Amino acid sequence: MSSSAYASALELAAGLVILCAVVTLWRRSLSAIVKALAVQGMALGAVALVLGLRQHDDVLITVGCLVIVAKGAAIPTLLGRVLANDRRSRETAPLVNVPASLVGAGALTFLAYGATRPVVALVSTTAGRLIPLGFATLLIGFFSMVVRRKAASQIVGLLLVDNGIALVAFLATAGVPLLVELGASLDVLLVVVVLRVLAVQLWSKFSVLDLDQLRELHD
Amino acid sequence: MLAIVILFIPLVAGAVSAAVTWRRWVGWTCTGALACVLIGGVVLATQVVRRPAITAWDGVLRVDALSAFMVIVIGAIGLLATWQSVRYLDAEITSGHSSRRHATLYVVLVQGFISAMLLAVLAGNVGVMWVAVEATTIITTFLVGHRQTRGALEASWKYIIICSVGIALAFLGTVLVYLAALHAGPGTHATLDWTSLMSVSHHLNPGVMRLAMALLVLGYGTKVGLAPMHSWLPDAHSQAPAPVSALMSGVLLTVAFYALLRFKAVADGALGVAFPRALFVTAGLLSLVIAASLLLSQRDYKRMLAYHSVEHMGLIALGAAAGTPLAIAAVLLHILGHGLAKGVLFLASGEILLVEGTTDIDQIKALLARRPALGGIFAFGLVALLGLPPFSLFVSELNMARAEVQVGLGWVVAISLVCMAVIFGAVMSHGRHMLFGARADAEPVHRTPSIVSVPLVGALVGCAALGVLAWPLDSLLRAAALVVAR
Repeated sequence: MSSSAYASALELAAGLVILCAVVTLWRRSLSAIVKALAVQGMALGAVALVLGLRQHDDVLITVGCLVIVAKGAAIPTLLGRVLANDRRSRETAPLVNVPASLVGAGALTFLAYGATRPVVALVSTTAGRLIPLGFATLLIGFFSMVVRRKAASQIVGLLLVDNGIALVAFLATAGVPLLVELGASLDVLLVVVVLRVLAVQLWSKFSVLDLDQLRELHD
Repeated sequence: MLAIVILFIPLVAGAVSAAVTWRRWVGWTCTGALACVLIGGVVLATQVVRRPAITAWDGVLRVDALSAFMVIVIGAIGLLATWQSVRYLDAEITSGHSSRRHATLYVVLVQGFISAMLLAVLAGNVGVMWVAVEATTIITTFLVGHRQTRGALEASWKYIIICSVGIALAFLGTVLVYLAALHAGPGTHATLDWTSLMSVSHHLNPGVMRLAMALLVLGYGTKVGLAPMHSWLPDAHSQAPAPVSALMSGVLLTVAFYALLRFKAVADGALGVAFPRALFVTAGLLSLVIAASLLLSQRDYKRMLAYHSVEHMGLIALGAAAGTPLAIAAVLLHILGHGLAKGVLFLASGEILLVEGTTDIDQIKALLARRPALGGIFAFGLVALLGLPPFSLFVSELNMARAEVQVGLGWVVAISLVCMAVIFGAVMSHGRHMLFGARADAEPVHRTPSIVSVPLVGALVGCAALGVLAWPLDSLLRAAALVVAR
């Protein structure tokens, strides 16, 4: 792969990851948000693939394929099943409206560029320049967990945080050792499975899927 | 070799209990397994206390004095909790709350939970340590929700969402530490092995390490229950079955803190002590203030105990901030003492809930007169937890404060003393309400079964003995402190 093709492919894939994060803030329908997450998972896998092809690293290529399967297909499918229980699958009352959320996302991206300056200074490669995008995705995920109340929206926020971190891991270190990488990828899959089990129990026993209804425990 | 055996004991016990449905003897087998872990931890400690660390499986496992000490902590509180689990499951099945299959699930998950904690403290690689701490989150989510009530499911939901975010931040911190190690200079081979990180710690990029350490304190701090990410803790600890609360509060929090101690040693090398100290002081003081303000208004004794854990985690964070060998030795003693005392209190509160049917402080009166043994255990547990002599928490709190003053953190000691005084008053008034009062004439004096009283009294005696005699643990504490202190 030539240098310029490599650089544009990497920029495209990493750009797609943060674009999908912004789309999850913009769209209110949860099924559209799940589609955006699926695209984001695939873009993340593509980042690993491009890096792996560039460095002729078979392990990284394998990890990239696994990420595409896990985050691009398996997790969105599971999330879709969680939503199947929920008849009113729209985020009706976010604490912050859409235009304000988008402005927030812009501000968080600036913050990400500021916070990661020492990291970017250390890794002076094409990949290194893109690290702030991973941090921005993470912060947008955090933001969306705080301002949205639906159970499904919170899982979406968690997945954004996780994808942002995975993007940083790929760009900064071309993947931490395989064992840890697999542990991290498997982990988020397990968490989503556990959350699905909990959501089903809450729904079937107590008809709860809106976190506003979860107010039993407080001080 | 012994480390591998210790790691496999609970796994084997879990496999045995999975193969047969719940019977009492299965519960006793699991208790026996934890006794073996405790004995194994003591033997391990004698092997590494004056000698270099032992490694196994190509360095995936690594045992030094600090790991051996944590194995002892896990073994001791695990023994208490599995012992009481027999009582808990018996009561659940008799009352028809759970089936035998549901009880089997509980036993298997508890053994898996303990194995994951053992892996976390025995791992020589900070990546494997992260995977193990993460595994504890997933396993305990089901344990928190074991009673399947609305409150329990709500607590599980909050627990896994908040802790998953926390642990993800800890992963990012670990990745950044790895990044710094990759760029540590020519000729160094970057791995996530703790020893190799320590050997290059002076060459790690300070800017990246600052960001990494902040993320690690926030991330692992979530699992420790340090403010500002503590909000899952009172819910999860009050809704989980009592033996699980004892394990989570007594050991899981401190296993996550152990991870922070390891990273703090690396960061001290890269950044000097000032920056990590500032992080730990901030988190510790914030936790103390929050615990003090929320303890005052508690109406639920299990939540009261949970906020008390936030306070103690704040205290050990301040001790670690001082970072001298004396401070770390006191932190470790505090970890063991807090684990024992909090374990006793959660298990006693489980028994109170079982016999009284409520967790409301206002509805429980005159425990000492009506149930002398149970009330006595609860009273002595509170005395231990409030840091009064002869219990070991008195010694460790005193030494942590001494060490903090020595490094110029006198103002921190002053603030924490104010918070502790508030907490002392709040807990005393809640405790007095539950314990004292006269028994109604018609009501008989209730006996407490020995399955409850024997292990709990044993643990209290142990906690008091640790406060009076330095001998059995002294050299181990000193050796363990020197592993991470400078």
